[in-house]
Amino acid sequence: MKHTLVALLRDQPGVLNRAVSLFRRRGFNIESLTVGHSEQPGISRMTLVVDGDNTSVEQVIKQLYKLIDVLKVSDVTADANVSRELVLAKVFAPPARRSDLMQIADIFGARVVDVTPDSLMVELTSEPDAADRFIDLLKSFGIREMVRTGCVAMVRGSSTVSAPKSVDRAA
Amino acid sequence: MSKTLNGAQIMCEALIAEGVDVMFGYPGGAIMPFYHALPEYPQLRHVLVRHEQAAGHAAEGYARTSGKVGVCVATSGPGATNLVTALADAMMDSVPIVAITGQVASSMIGKDAFQETDVTGITQPITKHNYLVTDINDLPRVFKEAFHIARTGRPGPVLIDVAKDVQQARAEFAYPAEVDLPGYRPTYDGNSRQIREAAALIATAERPLLMAGRGVLIANAHFELRELVEKTGIPVITTLLGISAIPEDHPLALGMPGMHGWVHVNRAIQQCDLLISVGARFDDRVTGKLDTFARHAKIIHIDIDPAEISKNVYADVPIVGDARSVLSALIAAVEPRDCAAWLQQVREMQATRSQKQYKNDSGLFRPHDVYAELTRIVRGAARFVTDVGQHQMWAAQLIDYLQPHSHITSGGLGTMGFALPAGVGVQIACPDEEVWVIAGDGGWQMNIQELATVVQEGLPLKMAIINNGFLGMVRQWQELFHERRYSATPMWSPDFIKVADAYGIPGLRIDSAAGVAAAIHTARGTRGPFLLEFVVEREVNVYPMVAPGASISEMFEEPAATEPVAIK
Repeated sequence: MKHTLVALLRDQPGVLNRAVSLFRRRGFNIESLTVGHSEQPGISRMTLVVDGDNTSVEQVIKQLYKLIDVLKVSDVTADANVSRELVLAKVFAPPARRSDLMQIADIFGARVVDVTPDSLMVELTSEPDAADRFIDLLKSFGIREMVRTGCVAMVRGSSTVSAPKSVDRAA
Repeated sequence: MSKTLNGAQIMCEALIAEGVDVMFGYPGGAIMPFYHALPEYPQLRHVLVRHEQAAGHAAEGYARTSGKVGVCVATSGPGATNLVTALADAMMDSVPIVAITGQVASSMIGKDAFQETDVTGITQPITKHNYLVTDINDLPRVFKEAFHIARTGRPGPVLIDVAKDVQQARAEFAYPAEVDLPGYRPTYDGNSRQIREAAALIATAERPLLMAGRGVLIANAHFELRELVEKTGIPVITTLLGISAIPEDHPLALGMPGMHGWVHVNRAIQQCDLLISVGARFDDRVTGKLDTFARHAKIIHIDIDPAEISKNVYADVPIVGDARSVLSALIAAVEPRDCAAWLQQVREMQATRSQKQYKNDSGLFRPHDVYAELTRIVRGAARFVTDVGQHQMWAAQLIDYLQPHSHITSGGLGTMGFALPAGVGVQIACPDEEVWVIAGDGGWQMNIQELATVVQEGLPLKMAIINNGFLGMVRQWQELFHERRYSATPMWSPDFIKVADAYGIPGLRIDSAAGVAAAIHTARGTRGPFLLEFVVEREVNVYPMVAPGASISEMFEEPAATEPVAIK
């Protein structure tokens, strides 16, 4: 089954490479990986979607923890969480089919962000499953170009995924 | 009070602050500023090796014996890439070493400069951590962190790649008192609830067995190990890297499990109802076919590395912690008991199979004769450094190791060429002790150049080559599993005695069992290094054996030695 993991990493040279190289070396099957800033300066936040049984996901977590620059890893799969992914797609849309396409976009809450005589660019932010369904529907129009960001996730409620305390070296 | 120093001097000051007194290295362009500073610090002994791989293994030998961090030094590019094998070896066997490599000047990095290699990239999966230093202000912190990471938790190799201009720049030097690594906090003390659970299992098990790995030796937990098993009567088996964690003449010591382990040991694993693993990682050479391993046993797995627990074998009671701390807690938690009937059962099996003192009545010169005499004459009063292959398995099986850290070998990586350079490091860590290097004719020639280091450093190493004219372990597999097709295993060698003589090292060639004892006495009685070349029977196999991928229940033994076995 799919697991969603959130990891906090120190912003050090090569840290992303260390994580990615670990997945390759241990043969872990990573479905998506996104990384960006967190609310704490100097700490990046990575969201991973891993397909595997509980034992192999546990190994992913333990091996990630062995990286010195990894501060925290949480499996948020079982928590109520908000998972989102951004899709940009450039779709064939001759005038005759344009209104059909816009109707589908509307149903999914996607926005049209660029228009040419024969194509539309649509932007969708949604749960990854909804994104899959949306993209399936777009296929019947013909997708000229597409990019997905991969999933980011955050647990609902007041608890947070936060890094262990450190002496502030920047000070 | 801080002082202004150049980067190379800061590196030396940092090494001194970390308690380093010896390093093994080889100079070159990008590390020259460091070598320029070195003579200003006479308390830092530098051992010049003849190949950087040897610097890495020597640092390992030093670290494996002393428990201190071993240090090796190399230049950029080929110097650094030559360290790769030793780093991988140290990673697999959890050996604390710090490798310092020069890197091209920071302005040249990424430009494919002369002798530039992406060393941190190359060594990332084979180091516990590594650093590229391009700012002199990072140097003290990086050294502090590197030594801390190398020696704490599950030890391992750490590499510091220092750009040449950083070695030449100047800065105020102040060595940090503490490290700040919020993502690195090893757990030393076992969870008390898990320890109580373990104690409860120990109290009720009928056939408990303790498997000691290298973690016991790393944690210096041999006293605690003895105390626990003497309190409970639990028999002990020692993995290849756990050998010498308990004296092998101890009544509870059974020997080695696994592919070339003893029949009674593997059978004990298959029959036990509780297996307590301390600082071992259930390597495939120990477990054989995983789903047939220790099927009747509950598993207590004690390891400082959480990722080892339930990686290969599911642990019923996982305990993350330092072997010494956890064993101490267990000693306090268990009630005295004995396992006499169970021990008796295993000992009876041992008496009928795979006699440890192999009796040679074949009239041929078998390697076993060498090990039997070494054991008889040395009586545990030496450290043995072995290479990889048949001679290594015989050394593990046949020599009695009586003191902790007296058996040093390349286990996880299985690095041929390990023994001689590692022996250099072992002898330097224990200058007043008898140190034996044992290698086959193949491995011996992989780092034979280190004879020069032995001589230059005046090391009294005793060296033994078990020469069978083959890459013996591969030949054995070819004989048993590859239709006896001896592809690329017959091996011509030079006259090893003459080679040693060219280095100024005396030696003797022995080609019969009758000459072994006298030769060992001569080697021991000679001041300085000595080489013994034992020219043994060419096609002797290591038995018992579990075929690769087979269950440890399916062992075969020396065909003529005992009746066929099928262990159930």
